[in-house]
Amino acid sequence: MSYEMIGITVLWIFLYGYLIVASVDFGAGFFAYYAKTTKQDHIINQLISRYLSPVWEVTNVFFVFFFVGLVGFFPDSAYYFGQSLLIPGSIAIVLIAIRGSFYAFENYGSKKSNFFMFLYGATGLLIPASLSTAMTISEGGFIEETDNGVRLLTGELLTSPYSWSVVFLAIVSVLFISAAFLTFYASKANDQPALELMRKYTLFWGSPTIIASLTTFIAMSQHNARHFEKMLDLWWMFGLSVAFFLGALLLVYQQKRYGLAFIFVMFQFFFAFFGYGAGHLPYLIEPFITVESSVTNEAMGLALVIVFIAGLLLLIPSLILLMRMFLFDAEYVKGKK
Amino acid sequence: MELDSAMMSRMLTSLTLVFHIIFATVGVGIPVMVSIAEFIGIKKKDANYTLLARRWARGFTITVAVGVVTGTAIGLQLSLLWPKFMQFAGNVIALPLFMETFAFFFEAIFLGIYLYTWDRFKNPIYHWLLSIPVVIGATMSAFFITTVNAFMNTPQGFDLEGRTLTNVDPLAAMFNPATPTKVFHVVSSSYLTSAAILAAIAAFAILKKNASDYHKKALKLTMVATFIFAITTAIAGDLSAKFLANEQPEKLAAAEWHFETEKNADLIVFGTLNEDNEVENALRLPNALSFLAHGSFDSEVTGLNEFPEDETPPLWIHYMFDLMVMLGMYALGVSFLYLLFSKLKKWNENNKWLLWLIVINGPGAMLAIEFGWIFAEVGRQPWILRGFMKVAEGATTSPHVDWMFVLFLALYVVLGGGAISVLRKMFKNNPAELELEKRYPDVAKRGGHK
Ligand code: HDD
Ligand code: HEM
Ligand code: HEM
Repeated sequence: MSYEMIGITVLWIFLYGYLIVASVDFGAGFFAYYAKTTKQDHIINQLISRYLSPVWEVTNVFFVFFFVGLVGFFPDSAYYFGQSLLIPGSIAIVLIAIRGSFYAFENYGSKKSNFFMFLYGATGLLIPASLSTAMTISEGGFIEETDNGVRLLTGELLTSPYSWSVVFLAIVSVLFISAAFLTFYASKANDQPALELMRKYTLFWGSPTIIASLTTFIAMSQHNARHFEKMLDLWWMFGLSVAFFLGALLLVYQQKRYGLAFIFVMFQFFFAFFGYGAGHLPYLIEPFITVESSVTNEAMGLALVIVFIAGLLLLIPSLILLMRMFLFDAEYVKGKK
Repeated sequence: MELDSAMMSRMLTSLTLVFHIIFATVGVGIPVMVSIAEFIGIKKKDANYTLLARRWARGFTITVAVGVVTGTAIGLQLSLLWPKFMQFAGNVIALPLFMETFAFFFEAIFLGIYLYTWDRFKNPIYHWLLSIPVVIGATMSAFFITTVNAFMNTPQGFDLEGRTLTNVDPLAAMFNPATPTKVFHVVSSSYLTSAAILAAIAAFAILKKNASDYHKKALKLTMVATFIFAITTAIAGDLSAKFLANEQPEKLAAAEWHFETEKNADLIVFGTLNEDNEVENALRLPNALSFLAHGSFDSEVTGLNEFPEDETPPLWIHYMFDLMVMLGMYALGVSFLYLLFSKLKKWNENNKWLLWLIVINGPGAMLAIEFGWIFAEVGRQPWILRGFMKVAEGATTSPHVDWMFVLFLALYVVLGGGAISVLRKMFKNNPAELELEKRYPDVAKRGGHK
């Protein structure tokens, strides 16, 4: 495999990883706030904080890994994304900063105030919305290159049905993934009331997820016909995605195998995400750079791949340890440790 | 001074880094202190030290959080504000940046485990072992990011043919001439500063309340550490100056107001410049600059006049250098006094004056970090990549950087304020004596003596 294919595959896998772990975290923020306003917080908030406390930093590193890796494997993307994303990127940074630090402040510091819960819930939805901008502009049509450098066409971005459908999709996916995970976590913790509540949320957020996916498909066919055609060629991936989605809903509906149901949800997004990504190729940012034109030199490519493999050998055992201690340690999950 | 995008980008980068470095420094140094304290606690079977480690680690969760989010900010801002620089640098120096994310990963995972498993092991040494990966992860991240900064000062590991890069050698870029001294100085000064701040907190607690065993032990431990790290930092600083004299002489010359190349050069301490760039009101240490630069009093030191005027840094960095060195000497002096007082039975090392000097040393060390970095960064001007790319060439052309500056200023005010108020609450509502009694009742009764 060439370095550009290795590079983009690694990055896409990490972005997928971030999509899953961050969605759980972001969605949990929203549910915690929602539960508080509807006076159900005693049911789920302890559950949420037990899971999230040890892992939020790890979630953040997934994101850092992705953008540092992107600049490493595809240095030209630093130029195009950097020039055009100053404002949406800065807004995302501020939201992430507020969310991360206030999470730590409240968690280790004092009691949960209403204002904090609101921030926590709202940023959970706004961050995916602002991050999805990067994905949107990579479709082309939203940036132009002039003598004075690359520039974002803010007007086009804000009036495009495609960009809004992506935002909508990002938000509902977050809620769906998160609800599915928390259902599973509640069942592990044997927490019946929380399980009931999260199960209801999962079923509820299922349909908007599928609607949003369809809308995005349609908007894509209007906005970028090339990408759309290529996605149609990969119809089986999206077919599998829908099948896993239905399977997950069925399991949750029948109240069994919540763990498997969450794995199905992960597969649902895996196939959709990789189908989308494969259709995106060869472009990184259409029409300016392709993975091939922007890939780094061979020496750096090789060095990055070696480091990546060595890094995984270090990280995988550590991650397994972390999961065994918190996620799969029944006593901890139940709140006895 | 024109407030164009390049200038605003410099201001925003400085703002973020000046803020990040506070938390980054503490983030590198505190794990070391926590690990040492926990280890002593286990070895001496003295719960005072264990509690020390626990409380430091608890405070650390707050500073780490701010460090992580501001670090994420600077990581993204490097691309947002310096797209052309990152496009270029990405080709040559991406390797350590990439490795740094693994170090973060490693540290974050084990920090999560460490913080939540205090009472989970029968044998406490297992819990202590978990602190080792945290220490390694934190110090490795400092190492990796510092190699990137070193590369900006002495770039190597590539050839430039017109506008295309060839013969890229990532390892040569990473291990450039500036790397050894810079890494040594940065890591050592982080340890020093963290020890100094923890010492300042302990001293302050003794001043405000009565000297409990807990706080006295904390002070002793942190002061010994301050003394050791102050020595290594001074050695590293001296080596850094020797490095500059050989590889980046314009930075040293600007910092020392050394204009003519000459032997037996004097070291100028503070002072002012008149219109003709003549030094006034300064303290002159005869031949000391030659010694600082090359290790012998009669060696020749390159002067600033050897360089084209548009490639020399601003002369005010002289003050940054002098302040840093002064604060370094202060840290060394105060910790030495404390150790002297505690050795001599007649004198009381916990006397009020000495304690106040120790309290001042905490913020002083952090200021030294800031001055040191400003000296190092502004001393690289006008280059962003010395000899290859000037700052203005690397900057974004987006016109909105000014608004982003305001946005981030507000963010850092909120984060800084939040961190301070949470830390105060955390320890005010839960004084050490009470916690000791609650967690380790028998130790508290015996007053910690066995
Ligand atoms: C507690 C902090 C602290 C203390 C006490 C000192 N320094 Fe320092 N110094 C730093 C913290 C620092 C730093 C923040 O770590 C810098 C900024 C960039 C760097 O490489 O390290 C630095 C940079 C720096 C440089 C520039 C290196 C370069 O740009 O490549 C020199 C020459 C010195 N220092 C020399 C000294 C000397 C002779 C000291 C005498 C005691 C000293 N420093 C104390
Ligand atoms: C360790 C890695 C670091 C890297 C990679 C780095 C990178 C940069 C870059 C890209 C710039 C903008 C270009 C320029 O103005 O020269 C800059 C400037 C600056 N940085 Fe750093 N920096 C680092 C550490 C720090 C730290 C820790 C501080 C603060 C305490 C700092 C303070 C500054 C200041 C004050 C400027 C502005 C200099 C000027 O414009 O005159 N830097 N740095
Ligand atoms: C010498 C200067 C610096 C030191 C010692 C330092 C060290 C640190 C430390 C200890 C952390 C907390 C990591 C954790 O606990 O997970 C951190 C966070 C971070 N730093 Fe810095 N940093 C420095 C400058 C910079 C610069 C210039 C950059 C930009 C490339 C940077 C990028 C980051 C990032 C991206 C994070 C967040 C990582 C995460 O999400 O865990 N740092 N830094």
